Amino acid sequence: MYIIVVGAGKVGWNLARELLDKGHEVTLIESDRRRYLTVEQELEHNVSYGDASELWVLERAGIQRADMVIAVTGDDEDNMLICQVAREKYLVERIIARVNNPRNRPHFDLLGIKPSVSATDLILRLLEHEVPEYGLVHLLDLQEEQLEIIEMLLGKDSSVTGRRVGDLSMPEGSLLISVLRSGKGFVPTADTVLEEGDEVLAVLDPGKEDDLKALFGPEGNGDGG
Amino acid sequence: MFVLIVGCGRVGSSVARAMLREGHEVSCLDEDPESHARLEVGLEKSWEDLGGHFTVGAGLETEALVAAGIERADAFIASTDGDNTNIVIAQIAQKRYQVPTVIARVLDPLRAEWYQRQGLHTVCPTSVAIDMLEGAVRAGAENGRGSDDPAAAA
Repeated sequence: MYIIVVGAGKVGWNLARELLDKGHEVTLIESDRRRYLTVEQELEHNVSYGDASELWVLERAGIQRADMVIAVTGDDEDNMLICQVAREKYLVERIIARVNNPRNRPHFDLLGIKPSVSATDLILRLLEHEVPEYGLVHLLDLQEEQLEIIEMLLGKDSSVTGRRVGDLSMPEGSLLISVLRSGKGFVPTADTVLEEGDEVLAVLDPGKEDDLKALFGPEGNGDGG
Repeated sequence: MFVLIVGCGRVGSSVARAMLREGHEVSCLDEDPESHARLEVGLEKSWEDLGGHFTVGAGLETEALVAAGIERADAFIASTDGDNTNIVIAQIAQKRYQVPTVIARVLDPLRAEWYQRQGLHTVCPTSVAIDMLEGAVRAGAENGRGSDDPAAAA
């Protein structure tokens, strides 16, 4: 494939290198002269100097025959314009735009620029996954098998402390499999009474986390979601 | 008419004053709080006393655009110092807020021409300058150096 990458910052430079390693033909366009000279020492003729929002710079880079344009500059307006022009004027089939400020994502959508990638959004999503509310931690994700094992710490405000396991109406597709108390684990029975500070392990179908959170969190009523 | 001008530099502020003088309601949006002073150049009263509005914020920020009144704007002028910013925010005004009259200042003639063809009203000061310069040179060429010019006679 012939791929034009715009913006030779850390993202663009590494991306261009990886794409070249995979055997693609790549032109990396950079508008800052000094940055261009630095990158050119490594990528040589694969990097081109110019402002890619100038149409003639894109044409000089051969945008008419490009299979893909990836705009990863630090400026969202530039990325939007370059991708819009690539797709609508030069009929490039595939575009990818970098979103620097996640608040600008609606603008990318409005102008039909898809897909757009925001590192901030990705990290936020990971953060939610890794550090969720109510101390819900993913211990194991079996993607193929469509099962997850999670761990929850029962805080003072949890609505299930002091209740019998048998009285909880666990959401469908979830099962309490273990309780860790004072450093020791055991398999709960229906008569096990949950205590503050217990760490409970549950196995569940993907997507059942919110139901479990509703059940075990401070707002929960212990009656399932 | 309610006119919203984003980018209050020399061009934006002049257009803003002219529109206000003609009796329109005018709102300006600029990232730089200092640009408010440029609005008041040559005015006897403050911009606000004369009925103008001024909001500090970036043209790409939805909250700023709404605060500056984009939802009730009859005309929208994008005159920041960035061509790409102007092209993008003008399209937002057109497509998202359905502002009836949208104009973008674009310095690059190639981009101005292409977006004009896509249905965006662009004004390109560079093209105007090129035309004027060419015209001025042609007018000068007709005169040439007169025969009363001692250098030409030599």
